[in-house]
Amino acid sequence: MRPALSVIFFTVSSGAGLGLLVWLVVLTATGFAGGPPVAAFLPMLALGVILTTAGLMSSTLHLANPKNAWRAFSRVRTSWLSREGVLAIALYPVAAIYAGLVYSSAPATFSILAGGLLAILALGVLFCTGMIYACLKTIPRWHTRLVPVGYVALGLYSGALAALPLMALYGGDVSALIGPSLWLLGAALLVKAIYYQRFRIPVVQHTINAALPLGSKTIRLLDVGHTHGTFLTDEFCFVLARGHAAWLRLIALICGFGLPLLILSAGANGVAATAFTFVVCAAGLLAERWLFFAEAQHVVRLYHGGTGV
Amino acid sequence: MRLGLTIDLDTCVGCHACAVACKEWNGESKMAGPLPDYKPYGNDPSGVWLNRIRNFECGSYPESKTVNVPMSCLHCEEAACVSVCPTGASYKRDDGIVLVDPEKCMGCNYCAWACPYGARELDQNEGVMKKCTLCVDRIYDERLPEAERQPACVLACPTSARMFGDFDDPSSDVAKAAAARGMSPMLNDLGYKPVNSYLAPRAAPQVNVDAGASPNKSLAQLLSKWVGMSKGN
Repeated sequence: MRPALSVIFFTVSSGAGLGLLVWLVVLTATGFAGGPPVAAFLPMLALGVILTTAGLMSSTLHLANPKNAWRAFSRVRTSWLSREGVLAIALYPVAAIYAGLVYSSAPATFSILAGGLLAILALGVLFCTGMIYACLKTIPRWHTRLVPVGYVALGLYSGALAALPLMALYGGDVSALIGPSLWLLGAALLVKAIYYQRFRIPVVQHTINAALPLGSKTIRLLDVGHTHGTFLTDEFCFVLARGHAAWLRLIALICGFGLPLLILSAGANGVAATAFTFVVCAAGLLAERWLFFAEAQHVVRLYHGGTGV
Repeated sequence: MRLGLTIDLDTCVGCHACAVACKEWNGESKMAGPLPDYKPYGNDPSGVWLNRIRNFECGSYPESKTVNVPMSCLHCEEAACVSVCPTGASYKRDDGIVLVDPEKCMGCNYCAWACPYGARELDQNEGVMKKCTLCVDRIYDERLPEAERQPACVLACPTSARMFGDFDDPSSDVAKAAAARGMSPMLNDLGYKPVNSYLAPRAAPQVNVDAGASPNKSLAQLLSKWVGMSKGN
Protein backbone atom coordinates (compact mmCIF):
# COMPACT_ATOMS: atom_id res chain seq x y z
CA MET A 1 0.00 0.00 0.00
CA ARG A 2 1.35 3.39 -0.89
CA PRO A 3 1.95 5.13 2.47
CA ALA A 4 -0.05 8.35 2.65
CA LEU A 5 1.75 10.83 4.91
CA SER A 6 -1.47 12.58 5.89
CA VAL A 7 -2.97 9.32 7.16
CA ILE A 8 0.25 8.32 8.93
CA PHE A 9 0.45 11.65 10.73
CA PHE A 10 -3.26 11.34 11.55
CA THR A 11 -2.97 7.98 13.31
CA VAL A 12 0.12 8.95 15.32
CA SER A 13 -1.12 12.41 16.34
CA SER A 14 -4.67 11.31 17.13
CA GLY A 15 -3.36 8.20 18.83
CA ALA A 16 -1.26 10.28 21.22
CA GLY A 17 -4.06 12.80 21.79
CA LEU A 18 -6.65 10.14 22.54
CA GLY A 19 -4.27 8.23 24.79
CA LEU A 20 -3.52 11.45 26.66
CA LEU A 21 -7.25 12.04 27.21
CA VAL A 22 -7.66 8.54 28.66
CA TRP A 23 -4.62 9.03 30.86
CA LEU A 24 -5.90 12.40 32.09
CA VAL A 25 -9.27 10.91 33.04
CA VAL A 26 -7.59 8.04 34.92
CA LEU A 27 -5.21 10.36 36.79
CA THR A 28 -7.95 12.80 37.74
CA ALA A 29 -10.40 10.13 38.85
CA THR A 30 -7.94 8.01 40.82
CA GLY A 31 -5.75 10.80 42.12
CA PHE A 32 -2.77 8.58 41.29
CA ALA A 33 0.54 10.39 41.74
CA GLY A 34 -1.48 13.15 43.39
CA GLY A 35 -3.48 13.61 40.22
CA PRO A 36 -2.67 16.32 37.74
CA PRO A 37 -1.89 19.65 39.35
CA VAL A 38 -4.86 22.00 39.25
CA ALA A 39 -3.17 24.25 36.72
CA ALA A 40 -2.21 21.30 34.53
CA PHE A 41 -5.70 19.87 33.97
CA LEU A 42 -6.83 22.29 31.30
CA PRO A 43 -3.51 22.29 29.35
CA MET A 44 -3.51 18.48 29.37
CA LEU A 45 -7.09 18.33 28.18
CA ALA A 46 -6.33 20.95 25.56
CA LEU A 47 -3.23 19.14 24.32
CA GLY A 48 -5.20 15.92 24.04
CA VAL A 49 -7.93 17.62 22.06
CA ILE A 50 -5.42 19.55 19.91
CA LEU A 51 -3.41 16.44 19.01
CA THR A 52 -6.60 14.55 18.19
CA THR A 53 -7.99 17.42 16.12
CA ALA A 54 -4.72 17.94 14.24
CA GLY A 55 -4.82 14.28 13.34
CA LEU A 56 -8.43 14.34 12.19
CA MET A 57 -7.83 17.46 10.10
CA SER A 58 -4.80 15.81 8.55
CA SER A 59 -6.84 12.79 7.57
CA THR A 60 -9.14 14.99 5.49
CA LEU A 61 -6.11 15.96 3.38
CA HIS A 62 -6.19 12.38 2.12
CA LEU A 63 -9.59 12.95 0.52
CA ALA A 64 -9.85 13.67 -3.19
CA ASN A 65 -13.26 15.32 -2.78
CA PRO A 66 -13.37 16.81 0.72
CA LYS A 67 -16.58 18.78 0.13
CA ASN A 68 -18.47 15.53 0.77
CA ALA A 69 -16.55 14.73 3.95
CA TRP A 70 -19.55 15.69 6.10
CA ARG A 71 -21.36 12.67 4.68
CA ALA A 72 -18.76 10.37 6.24
CA PHE A 73 -20.78 10.10 9.46
CA SER A 74 -23.80 8.53 7.83
CA ARG A 75 -22.99 4.82 7.59
CA VAL A 76 -22.28 3.77 11.17
CA ARG A 77 -24.22 0.57 10.64
CA THR A 78 -21.62 -0.89 8.29
CA SER A 79 -18.52 1.27 8.05
CA TRP A 80 -15.77 1.51 10.66
CA LEU A 81 -14.69 4.82 9.16
CA SER A 82 -18.16 6.23 9.86
CA ARG A 83 -18.12 4.84 13.38
CA GLU A 84 -14.74 6.41 14.05
CA GLY A 85 -15.98 9.77 12.78
CA VAL A 86 -19.11 9.77 14.93
CA LEU A 87 -17.24 8.80 18.10
CA ALA A 88 -14.57 11.42 17.41
CA ILE A 89 -17.13 14.18 16.98
CA ALA A 90 -18.86 13.11 20.20
CA LEU A 91 -15.56 13.66 22.05
CA TYR A 92 -15.77 17.45 21.86
CA PRO A 93 -18.99 18.15 23.75
CA VAL A 94 -18.13 15.44 26.30
CA ALA A 95 -14.66 16.95 26.84
CA ALA A 96 -16.22 20.38 27.35
CA ILE A 97 -18.79 19.02 29.82
CA TYR A 98 -16.06 17.10 31.65
CA ALA A 99 -13.90 20.21 32.00
CA GLY A 100 -16.90 22.21 33.17
CA LEU A 101 -17.81 19.62 35.79
CA VAL A 102 -14.24 19.30 37.08
CA TYR A 103 -13.97 23.04 37.58
CA SER A 104 -17.44 23.49 38.96
CA SER A 105 -18.50 22.67 42.46
CA ALA A 106 -20.65 19.78 41.27
CA PRO A 107 -20.27 16.49 43.17
CA ALA A 108 -17.27 14.44 42.08
CA THR A 109 -19.49 11.60 40.83
CA PHE A 110 -20.65 13.67 37.89
CA SER A 111 -17.18 14.60 36.75
CA ILE A 112 -16.06 10.99 37.15
CA LEU A 113 -18.98 9.84 34.99
CA ALA A 114 -18.25 12.46 32.35
CA GLY A 115 -14.59 11.52 32.45
CA GLY A 116 -15.45 7.87 32.13
CA LEU A 117 -17.55 8.62 29.07
CA LEU A 118 -14.69 10.64 27.59
CA ALA A 119 -12.26 7.79 28.17
CA ILE A 120 -14.63 5.26 26.62
CA LEU A 121 -15.12 7.47 23.58
CA ALA A 122 -11.36 7.96 23.20
CA LEU A 123 -10.71 4.21 23.45
CA GLY A 124 -13.56 3.67 21.02
CA VAL A 125 -12.01 6.00 18.45
CA LEU A 126 -8.65 4.22 18.81
CA PHE A 127 -10.33 0.86 18.36
CA CYS A 128 -12.37 2.00 15.35
CA THR A 129 -9.25 3.43 13.68
CA GLY A 130 -7.56 0.06 14.00
CA MET A 131 -10.66 -1.72 12.72
CA ILE A 132 -10.74 0.43 9.58
CA TYR A 133 -7.65 -1.50 8.52
CA ALA A 134 -8.30 -4.81 10.24
CA CYS A 135 -11.74 -5.42 8.70
CA LEU A 136 -10.28 -5.60 5.18
CA LYS A 137 -9.95 -9.19 4.06
CA THR A 138 -8.13 -8.00 0.96
CA ILE A 139 -4.99 -7.12 2.91
CA PRO A 140 -3.96 -10.23 4.88
CA ARG A 141 -1.27 -8.42 6.81
CA TRP A 142 -3.90 -6.06 8.26
CA HIS A 143 -6.63 -8.62 8.80
CA THR A 144 -5.72 -9.58 12.35
CA ARG A 145 -6.87 -8.73 15.87
CA LEU A 146 -3.34 -7.51 16.58
CA VAL A 147 -4.02 -4.39 14.53
CA PRO A 148 -6.76 -2.74 16.63
CA VAL A 149 -5.05 -3.99 19.81
CA GLY A 150 -1.83 -2.39 18.55
CA TYR A 151 -3.56 0.92 17.80
CA VAL A 152 -5.03 1.08 21.31
CA ALA A 153 -1.75 0.04 22.96
CA LEU A 154 0.38 2.53 21.00
CA GLY A 155 -2.17 5.28 21.57
CA LEU A 156 -2.19 4.76 25.33
CA TYR A 157 1.60 4.53 25.43
CA SER A 158 2.25 7.68 23.39
CA GLY A 159 -0.49 9.49 25.31
CA ALA A 160 1.21 8.65 28.59
CA LEU A 161 4.47 10.10 27.25
CA ALA A 162 2.62 13.23 26.11
CA ALA A 163 1.33 13.72 29.66
CA LEU A 164 4.78 13.77 31.28
CA PRO A 165 6.09 17.14 30.03
CA LEU A 166 2.90 18.92 31.11
CA MET A 167 3.02 17.24 34.51
CA ALA A 168 6.64 18.35 34.83
CA LEU A 169 5.81 21.90 33.72
CA TYR A 170 3.13 22.36 36.36
CA GLY A 171 5.01 20.66 39.17
CA GLY A 172 3.24 17.30 39.16
CA ASP A 173 4.81 14.10 40.46
CA VAL A 174 6.46 12.90 37.26
CA SER A 175 8.60 10.23 38.93
CA ALA A 176 5.52 8.33 40.07
CA LEU A 177 4.24 8.23 36.50
CA ILE A 178 7.44 6.77 35.05
CA GLY A 179 6.54 3.30 36.27
CA PRO A 180 3.12 3.10 34.60
CA SER A 181 4.57 4.70 31.45
CA LEU A 182 7.16 1.95 31.26
CA TRP A 183 4.45 -0.68 31.74
CA LEU A 184 2.56 0.81 28.80
CA LEU A 185 5.81 0.88 26.80
CA GLY A 186 6.30 -2.80 27.52
CA ALA A 187 2.74 -3.68 26.58
CA ALA A 188 2.87 -1.76 23.29
CA LEU A 189 6.28 -3.22 22.47
CA LEU A 190 4.97 -6.72 23.16
CA VAL A 191 2.02 -6.26 20.81
CA LYS A 192 4.28 -4.94 18.04
CA ALA A 193 6.83 -7.70 18.61
CA ILE A 194 4.14 -10.38 18.32
CA TYR A 195 2.84 -8.71 15.17
CA TYR A 196 6.27 -8.51 13.52
CA GLN A 197 7.12 -12.05 14.54
CA ARG A 198 3.89 -13.35 13.07
CA PHE A 199 4.67 -11.87 9.67
CA ARG A 200 8.42 -12.32 9.71
CA ILE A 201 8.27 -15.35 7.48
CA PRO A 202 5.82 -14.37 4.75
CA VAL A 203 2.73 -16.52 4.91
CA VAL A 204 0.90 -16.77 1.62
CA GLN A 205 -2.84 -16.73 2.16
CA HIS A 206 -3.95 -16.21 -1.43
CA THR A 207 -2.23 -17.60 -4.49
CA ILE A 208 -2.46 -16.76 -8.16
CA ASN A 209 -4.36 -20.05 -8.56
CA ALA A 210 -7.09 -18.80 -6.24
CA ALA A 211 -7.16 -15.48 -8.08
CA LEU A 212 -7.59 -17.30 -11.41
CA PRO A 213 -9.11 -20.70 -10.71
CA LEU A 214 -8.29 -22.13 -14.12
CA GLY A 215 -7.11 -25.42 -12.75
CA SER A 216 -3.58 -25.07 -14.07
CA LYS A 217 -0.64 -25.71 -11.85
CA THR A 218 1.31 -22.74 -13.13
CA ILE A 219 -0.14 -19.40 -14.05
CA ARG A 220 1.98 -16.42 -14.84
CA LEU A 221 1.24 -12.92 -16.01
CA LEU A 222 2.20 -12.29 -19.62
CA ASP A 223 0.90 -8.75 -20.05
CA VAL A 224 -0.76 -6.57 -17.46
CA GLY A 225 -2.63 -4.64 -20.12
CA HIS A 226 -1.15 -1.18 -19.68
CA THR A 227 2.21 0.24 -20.59
CA HIS A 228 2.56 2.56 -17.60
CA GLY A 229 1.10 2.94 -14.12
CA THR A 230 -2.53 3.00 -13.17
CA PHE A 231 -4.45 3.96 -10.05
CA LEU A 232 -4.18 0.32 -8.97
CA THR A 233 -0.43 0.07 -9.40
CA ASP A 234 0.13 3.42 -7.72
CA GLU A 235 -1.99 2.58 -4.71
CA PHE A 236 -1.44 -1.16 -4.29
CA CYS A 237 1.79 -2.21 -5.97
CA PHE A 238 4.15 -0.18 -3.82
CA VAL A 239 7.51 -1.92 -3.65
CA LEU A 240 9.54 -1.53 -0.51
CA ALA A 241 13.20 -2.40 -0.76
CA ARG A 242 14.07 -4.97 1.84
CA GLY A 243 17.00 -2.93 3.09
CA HIS A 244 14.73 0.05 3.68
CA ALA A 245 12.29 -2.07 5.65
CA ALA A 246 15.04 -3.25 7.99
CA TRP A 247 16.29 0.32 8.60
CA LEU A 248 12.82 1.67 9.23
CA ARG A 249 12.00 -1.10 11.65
CA LEU A 250 15.20 -0.35 13.51
CA ILE A 251 14.33 3.36 13.70
CA ALA A 252 10.82 2.49 14.85
CA LEU A 253 12.07 0.22 17.62
CA ILE A 254 14.93 2.45 18.76
CA CYS A 255 13.14 5.80 18.63
CA GLY A 256 9.72 4.50 19.51
CA PHE A 257 10.72 2.27 22.40
CA GLY A 258 14.47 2.00 23.03
CA LEU A 259 15.34 5.65 23.61
CA PRO A 260 12.24 6.41 25.71
CA LEU A 261 13.01 3.35 27.83
CA LEU A 262 16.57 4.55 28.40
CA ILE A 263 15.66 8.15 29.12
CA LEU A 264 12.80 7.33 31.49
CA SER A 265 14.61 4.59 33.39
CA ALA A 266 17.52 7.00 33.87
CA GLY A 267 15.06 8.99 35.94
CA ALA A 268 14.58 11.96 33.66
CA ASN A 269 11.68 14.00 34.93
CA GLY A 270 12.32 17.55 33.72
CA VAL A 271 10.21 19.32 31.11
CA ALA A 272 12.90 19.23 28.44
CA ALA A 273 13.80 15.57 28.93
CA THR A 274 10.19 14.36 28.94
CA ALA A 275 9.25 16.54 25.98
CA PHE A 276 12.22 15.17 24.06
CA THR A 277 11.15 11.62 24.96
CA PHE A 278 7.70 12.23 23.54
CA VAL A 279 9.05 13.74 20.32
CA VAL A 280 11.49 10.84 19.83
CA CYS A 281 8.71 8.34 20.48
CA ALA A 282 6.45 10.10 17.97
CA ALA A 283 9.21 9.97 15.35
CA GLY A 284 9.59 6.24 15.95
CA LEU A 285 5.84 5.70 15.71
CA LEU A 286 5.71 7.63 12.42
CA ALA A 287 8.32 5.21 11.06
CA GLU A 288 6.37 2.24 12.42
CA ARG A 289 3.16 3.45 10.84
CA TRP A 290 4.90 4.09 7.52
CA LEU A 291 6.10 0.49 7.57
CA PHE A 292 2.61 -0.70 8.47
CA PHE A 293 1.41 0.72 5.17
CA ALA A 294 4.44 -0.05 3.04
CA GLU A 295 4.64 -3.71 4.02
CA ALA A 296 0.93 -4.38 3.51
CA GLN A 297 0.11 -6.27 0.34
CA HIS A 298 -3.27 -6.16 -1.35
CA VAL A 299 -4.63 -9.22 -3.17
CA VAL A 300 -5.07 -7.18 -6.36
CA ARG A 301 -1.31 -7.67 -6.77
CA LEU A 302 -2.15 -11.18 -7.89
CA TYR A 303 -3.52 -9.64 -11.07
CA HIS A 304 -0.41 -7.54 -11.57
CA GLY A 305 2.28 -10.21 -11.54
CA GLY A 306 2.23 -11.28 -7.91
CA THR A 307 2.11 -15.00 -7.22
CA GLY A 308 1.14 -15.02 -3.58
CA VAL A 309 -0.18 -12.52 -1.03
CA MET B 1 -32.47 -10.19 -9.59
CA ARG B 2 -28.75 -10.50 -10.24
CA LEU B 3 -27.69 -8.70 -13.40
CA GLY B 4 -24.22 -9.49 -14.59
CA LEU B 5 -21.98 -10.67 -17.38
CA THR B 6 -20.47 -13.92 -18.51
CA ILE B 7 -17.08 -13.63 -20.12
CA ASP B 8 -15.87 -16.57 -22.13
CA LEU B 9 -12.15 -16.99 -21.49
CA ASP B 10 -11.99 -19.59 -24.23
CA THR B 11 -13.13 -17.14 -26.89
CA CYS B 12 -11.63 -13.87 -25.71
CA VAL B 13 -8.71 -12.94 -27.92
CA GLY B 14 -7.59 -9.95 -25.85
CA CYS B 15 -8.39 -7.36 -28.51
CA HIS B 16 -9.44 -4.70 -25.96
CA ALA B 17 -12.55 -3.75 -27.98
CA CYS B 18 -14.63 -4.07 -24.83
CA ALA B 19 -12.30 -1.78 -22.90
CA VAL B 20 -12.33 0.85 -25.63
CA ALA B 21 -16.13 0.63 -26.02
CA CYS B 22 -16.54 1.07 -22.27
CA LYS B 23 -14.29 4.13 -22.25
CA GLU B 24 -16.10 5.60 -25.24
CA TRP B 25 -19.59 4.99 -23.88
CA ASN B 26 -18.71 6.45 -20.52
CA GLY B 27 -17.24 9.44 -22.31
CA GLU B 28 -20.74 10.20 -23.64
CA SER B 29 -22.73 8.95 -20.71
CA LYS B 30 -23.88 11.39 -18.06
CA MET B 31 -23.67 8.66 -15.46
CA ALA B 32 -20.04 7.85 -14.91
CA GLY B 33 -18.97 10.96 -16.74
CA PRO B 34 -15.84 11.13 -18.90
CA LEU B 35 -13.10 8.77 -17.86
CA PRO B 36 -10.03 10.96 -17.82
CA ASP B 37 -6.67 10.28 -19.40
CA TYR B 38 -3.59 11.56 -17.65
CA LYS B 39 -0.84 12.75 -20.00
CA PRO B 40 -2.24 10.78 -22.97
CA TYR B 41 0.38 12.11 -25.38
CA GLY B 42 3.22 12.16 -22.90
CA ASN B 43 5.91 9.75 -21.84
CA ASP B 44 3.91 7.86 -19.25
CA PRO B 45 0.27 7.91 -20.30
CA SER B 46 -2.24 6.68 -17.82
CA GLY B 47 -5.93 7.06 -17.19
CA VAL B 48 -9.10 5.70 -15.69
CA TRP B 49 -10.40 2.52 -17.31
CA LEU B 50 -13.33 0.57 -15.93
CA ASN B 51 -12.43 -2.58 -17.83
CA ARG B 52 -8.88 -3.90 -18.04
CA ILE B 53 -7.65 -6.96 -19.91
CA ARG B 54 -4.78 -8.94 -18.47
CA ASN B 55 -3.07 -11.79 -20.28
CA PHE B 56 -1.86 -14.89 -18.47
CA GLU B 57 -0.03 -18.04 -19.47
CA CYS B 58 -1.53 -21.18 -17.98
CA GLY B 59 0.54 -24.29 -17.77
CA SER B 60 4.01 -24.55 -19.15
CA TYR B 61 5.27 -25.17 -22.63
CA PRO B 62 4.30 -27.14 -24.60
CA GLU B 63 0.98 -27.60 -22.78
CA SER B 64 0.58 -23.88 -22.18
CA LYS B 65 -2.32 -21.67 -23.15
CA THR B 66 -2.70 -17.92 -23.27
CA VAL B 67 -5.78 -16.82 -21.39
CA ASN B 68 -6.98 -13.23 -21.73
CA VAL B 69 -8.95 -12.06 -18.70
CA PRO B 70 -11.02 -8.90 -19.06
CA MET B 71 -11.71 -7.63 -15.56
CA SER B 72 -14.27 -5.10 -14.52
CA CYS B 73 -16.57 -4.89 -11.54
CA LEU B 74 -18.02 -8.28 -10.72
CA HIS B 75 -21.11 -6.77 -8.97
CA CYS B 76 -20.63 -9.06 -5.99
CA GLU B 77 -23.55 -10.21 -3.85
CA GLU B 78 -21.65 -9.51 -0.63
CA ALA B 79 -19.88 -6.40 -1.87
CA ALA B 80 -17.57 -5.16 0.87
CA CYS B 81 -17.01 -2.00 -1.16
CA VAL B 82 -20.61 -1.11 -0.30
CA SER B 83 -20.37 -1.84 3.42
CA VAL B 84 -17.10 0.01 4.03
CA CYS B 85 -18.17 3.20 2.26
CA PRO B 86 -18.60 5.85 4.97
CA THR B 87 -20.65 8.31 2.93
CA GLY B 88 -23.08 5.86 1.40
CA ALA B 89 -21.91 6.78 -2.09
CA SER B 90 -21.32 3.12 -2.87
CA TYR B 91 -24.58 1.18 -3.08
CA LYS B 92 -26.07 -1.99 -4.50
CA ARG B 93 -29.34 -1.73 -6.37
CA ASP B 94 -32.20 -4.22 -6.28
CA ASP B 95 -31.28 -5.41 -9.74
CA GLY B 96 -27.82 -6.30 -8.45
CA ILE B 97 -25.79 -3.50 -9.98
CA VAL B 98 -23.25 -1.89 -7.66
CA LEU B 99 -22.82 1.82 -8.31
CA VAL B 100 -21.02 4.88 -7.02
CA ASP B 101 -23.01 8.07 -6.55
CA PRO B 102 -20.56 10.82 -7.51
CA GLU B 103 -22.65 13.40 -5.64
CA LYS B 104 -21.81 11.69 -2.36
CA CYS B 105 -18.35 10.23 -2.92
CA MET B 106 -15.52 11.94 -1.05
CA GLY B 107 -12.71 10.07 -2.76
CA CYS B 108 -11.26 8.39 0.32
CA ASN B 109 -10.28 5.24 -1.64
CA TYR B 110 -11.60 2.95 1.11
CA CYS B 111 -13.83 1.05 -1.34
CA ALA B 112 -10.86 0.45 -3.61
CA TRP B 113 -8.98 -1.05 -0.65
CA ALA B 114 -11.93 -3.36 -0.03
CA CYS B 115 -12.22 -4.55 -3.63
CA PRO B 116 -10.04 -7.61 -4.31
CA TYR B 117 -10.47 -7.35 -8.08
CA GLY B 118 -9.31 -3.78 -8.61
CA ALA B 119 -12.68 -2.70 -10.00
CA ARG B 120 -12.60 0.84 -8.63
CA GLU B 121 -10.37 3.65 -9.73
CA LEU B 122 -10.08 7.22 -8.56
CA ASP B 123 -10.84 9.95 -11.06
CA GLN B 124 -8.20 12.50 -10.09
CA ASN B 125 -9.97 15.34 -11.88
CA GLU B 126 -13.33 14.93 -10.18
CA GLY B 127 -12.04 13.35 -6.97
CA VAL B 128 -14.59 10.53 -7.01
CA MET B 129 -14.32 6.78 -7.50
CA LYS B 130 -15.39 5.35 -10.83
CA LYS B 131 -16.38 1.79 -11.63
CA CYS B 132 -18.29 -0.32 -14.13
CA THR B 133 -21.95 0.72 -14.10
CA LEU B 134 -23.05 -2.32 -16.13
CA CYS B 135 -24.19 0.43 -18.52
CA VAL B 136 -27.25 0.96 -16.37
CA ASP B 137 -28.05 3.97 -18.54
CA ARG B 138 -28.08 1.77 -21.65
CA ILE B 139 -29.89 -1.31 -20.40
CA TYR B 140 -32.98 0.59 -19.31
CA ASP B 141 -32.97 3.21 -22.06
CA GLU B 142 -36.29 2.90 -23.90
CA ARG B 143 -35.02 5.11 -26.73
CA LEU B 144 -32.60 2.36 -27.82
CA PRO B 145 -33.76 -0.64 -29.84
CA GLU B 146 -34.18 -3.68 -27.62
CA ALA B 147 -31.16 -5.48 -29.07
CA GLU B 148 -28.94 -2.54 -28.12
CA ARG B 149 -30.08 -2.36 -24.53
CA GLN B 150 -26.95 -4.15 -23.41
CA PRO B 151 -23.66 -2.96 -21.99
CA ALA B 152 -21.30 -1.38 -24.52
CA CYS B 153 -18.64 -4.03 -23.92
CA VAL B 154 -21.06 -6.86 -24.76
CA LEU B 155 -22.07 -5.25 -28.06
CA ALA B 156 -18.49 -4.45 -29.03
CA CYS B 157 -16.97 -7.90 -28.56
CA PRO B 158 -16.06 -9.27 -32.02
CA THR B 159 -15.91 -12.89 -30.82
CA SER B 160 -19.14 -12.72 -28.82
CA ALA B 161 -17.25 -13.66 -25.72
CA ARG B 162 -19.43 -11.50 -23.47
CA MET B 163 -23.07 -11.97 -22.55
CA PHE B 164 -25.37 -9.94 -20.36
CA GLY B 165 -28.39 -11.10 -18.43
CA ASP B 166 -30.03 -11.99 -15.14
CA PHE B 167 -28.38 -14.86 -13.31
CA ASP B 168 -31.50 -15.38 -11.24
CA ASP B 169 -33.45 -16.25 -14.38
CA PRO B 170 -32.56 -19.89 -15.13
CA SER B 171 -33.67 -19.56 -18.73
CA SER B 172 -31.29 -16.68 -19.48
CA ASP B 173 -28.21 -17.27 -21.61
CA VAL B 174 -25.90 -16.17 -18.85
CA ALA B 175 -27.37 -18.54 -16.29
CA LYS B 176 -27.21 -21.47 -18.69
CA ALA B 177 -23.65 -20.72 -19.76
CA ALA B 178 -22.49 -20.26 -16.19
CA ALA B 179 -24.10 -23.53 -15.15
CA ALA B 180 -22.43 -25.34 -18.03
CA ARG B 181 -18.90 -23.93 -17.95
CA GLY B 182 -18.67 -21.36 -15.21
CA MET B 183 -15.31 -21.16 -13.48
CA SER B 184 -15.34 -21.17 -9.69
CA PRO B 185 -15.31 -17.59 -8.39
CA MET B 186 -12.04 -15.69 -8.23
CA LEU B 187 -10.62 -15.45 -4.70
CA ASN B 188 -13.57 -17.46 -3.44
CA ASP B 189 -12.47 -17.67 0.18
CA LEU B 190 -12.76 -13.91 0.57
CA GLY B 191 -16.50 -14.53 0.46
CA TYR B 192 -17.55 -11.68 -1.82
CA LYS B 193 -19.74 -13.93 -4.04
CA PRO B 194 -19.06 -12.25 -7.39
CA VAL B 195 -22.00 -12.36 -9.78
CA ASN B 196 -20.12 -11.98 -13.08
CA SER B 197 -19.16 -15.43 -14.26
CA TYR B 198 -16.05 -16.35 -16.21
CA LEU B 199 -16.42 -19.34 -18.50
CA ALA B 200 -13.37 -21.52 -18.16
CA PRO B 201 -11.40 -22.43 -21.27
CA ARG B 202 -12.46 -25.75 -22.67
CA ALA B 203 -9.95 -28.55 -22.37
CA ALA B 204 -8.76 -28.76 -25.93
CA PRO B 205 -6.95 -31.87 -27.04
CA GLN B 206 -3.24 -31.25 -26.96
CA VAL B 207 -1.49 -31.33 -30.28
CA ASN B 208 1.78 -33.16 -30.04
CA VAL B 209 4.13 -30.68 -31.63
CA ASP B 210 6.97 -33.12 -31.77
CA ALA B 211 5.03 -35.88 -33.53
CA GLY B 212 6.28 -36.64 -36.97
CA ALA B 213 9.57 -34.89 -36.54
CA SER B 214 11.86 -37.33 -38.08
CA PRO B 215 15.18 -35.65 -38.76
CA ASN B 216 16.63 -37.89 -41.35
CA LYS B 217 14.10 -37.88 -44.16
CA SER B 218 15.39 -38.06 -47.68
CA LEU B 219 14.62 -35.35 -50.16
CA ALA B 220 12.40 -37.71 -52.15
CA GLN B 221 10.39 -38.56 -49.04
CA LEU B 222 9.99 -34.91 -48.14
CA LEU B 223 8.89 -33.99 -51.66
CA SER B 224 6.37 -36.79 -51.91
CA LYS B 225 4.95 -35.85 -48.53
CA TRP B 226 4.76 -32.29 -49.64
CA VAL B 227 2.80 -33.05 -52.78
CA GLY B 228 0.60 -35.35 -50.78
CA MET B 229 1.60 -38.60 -52.39
CA SER B 230 2.53 -40.28 -49.16
CA LYS B 231 0.64 -40.25 -45.90
CA GLY B 232 2.11 -39.76 -42.45
CA ASN B 233 5.86 -39.60 -42.07
